Amino acid sequence: MRPQALLAAALLGMALPVLAGEIAPSGRRSGYDFMSADSKAMQDDDTANPAMLSVLEGETLWTTKAGAADKSCSDCHGAVDVSMKGVAARYPAFSAASAAPVDLGQRVNLCRRQHQEADPFAPESRELLALTALIAKQSRGMPITAGGDPRLASSVARGRELFVQRQGQLNLACANCHDDNWDKHLAGSAITQGQPTGYPIYRLEWQGMGSLQRRLRGCMTGIRAQAFDFDAPDMIALELYLMSRAHGMTMDAPAVRP
Amino acid sequence: MMRSASRLIVLIIAALPAAAVAQTLARYAIVGDGIPEPLTGQPGDPTRGRALVLARSSTCILCHFGPFPEARFQGDLAPSLAGAGSRSTPAQLRLRLVDASQVNPDTIMPSYYRIDGLTRVGSAWRDKPILSAEQIEDIVAYLATLRE
Ligand code: HEC
Ligand code: HEC
Repeated sequence: MRPQALLAAALLGMALPVLAGEIAPSGRRSGYDFMSADSKAMQDDDTANPAMLSVLEGETLWTTKAGAADKSCSDCHGAVDVSMKGVAARYPAFSAASAAPVDLGQRVNLCRRQHQEADPFAPESRELLALTALIAKQSRGMPITAGGDPRLASSVARGRELFVQRQGQLNLACANCHDDNWDKHLAGSAITQGQPTGYPIYRLEWQGMGSLQRRLRGCMTGIRAQAFDFDAPDMIALELYLMSRAHGMTMDAPAVRP
Repeated sequence: MMRSASRLIVLIIAALPAAAVAQTLARYAIVGDGIPEPLTGQPGDPTRGRALVLARSSTCILCHFGPFPEARFQGDLAPSLAGAGSRSTPAQLRLRLVDASQVNPDTIMPSYYRIDGLTRVGSAWRDKPILSAEQIEDIVAYLATLRE
């Protein structure tokens, strides 16, 4: 796309009004802000944050040769703290090959297939969580930029449509809780704004690592809806919308969450 | 004669696919802003109703709080249920539970006795109301006792 067109798209984006119920940029708060002092301390200290074990495993995988091509990630990308800086903050990103957005886990699996000539990792596998945790850590403290690419506009719009659609036996939309009632509590838990700043996370309730997709499936099952399959186009669109909704917020991955 | 006829109906219902069984919700009539007649033809049991309101599977206190000292986790998405029986008649409470969207089209309160007009319901819950007619009557009977 030519620069003028990009500029026009950016201006159009800025001109859109904040929809009813949407959170103004200055009012956005990460799930971190809602946590107890204990959980915050656990996340803040790398020696106490259980997600760092997954990051360590990711470091090993980064330099391990794999597949028919017998190449490691580092053979192509070099040092992870240089080449992967800021990358997670802009995912899901447009993939020219599929003319659709791919999230970070799917991007890792594309490299596995195309460049390592290896089988993709299963969704939520230890390996995929470890590599995405390692890559996400390289965006810590950086602002989220995903969703700005004009080629993603229709997917962002689809994600937003899903976010505001009532669904499930309880007939609730994501927005009913995360736009309209984030300052309240569902049973004992803070509802939060559903901001995707920290993924993959170590979730205390899971006693393990999990992706944003797993978290979203949890909320869908909670409202008794049919959860999207892992990597389904609507799942990626919802992830993409959440990231664009969090535009400019600071990444705190790999985070701890209750 | 009567007995075998009703047994036949039961058999037919059991043999119908889920979508048709789903139509076996008890019929009810909305009069004004309420449903005056019990869905089951008889009043519910307030003791069972209290237990149901507190049960996680009923979902009430995910959103509501109320005079339930033993319940550790209650929600604050919705008003207190204390005094619900003073503010509303049993008929109004019944309609609120059956289909709160008839009272307030924008409400976030689920419709507990409705199976149509829903999107992507999970297979475990499809074509079933959240609560049965008996459970609704028990809860109505309990809420009616919450007076202040
Ligand atoms: C009935 C209320 C409700 C609905 C509807 C709901 N959620 Fe949630 N959601 C919650 C609660 C409560 C939490 C926090 C739970 C916790 O971490 O203890 C949460 C957490 C999240 C998180 C994690 C935020 C973080 O800080 O890591 C995301 C993301 C999220 N929800 C997205 C969604 C999406 C997308 C939908 C719709 C498909 C949705 N939610 C529907 C109640 C809801
Ligand atoms: C997802 C949230 C939610 C759930 C779950 C829920 N409610 Fe509600 N309820 C509300 C809200 C919000 C209101 C306020 C009026 C409105 O918005 O329609 C309300 C109003 C009411 C009222 C009227 C209150 C008054 O005195 O004016 C009663 C009674 C009530 N609910 C009972 C129940 C019972 C019983 C259950 C469970 C079977 C239940 N609710 C489940 C959200 C909820």
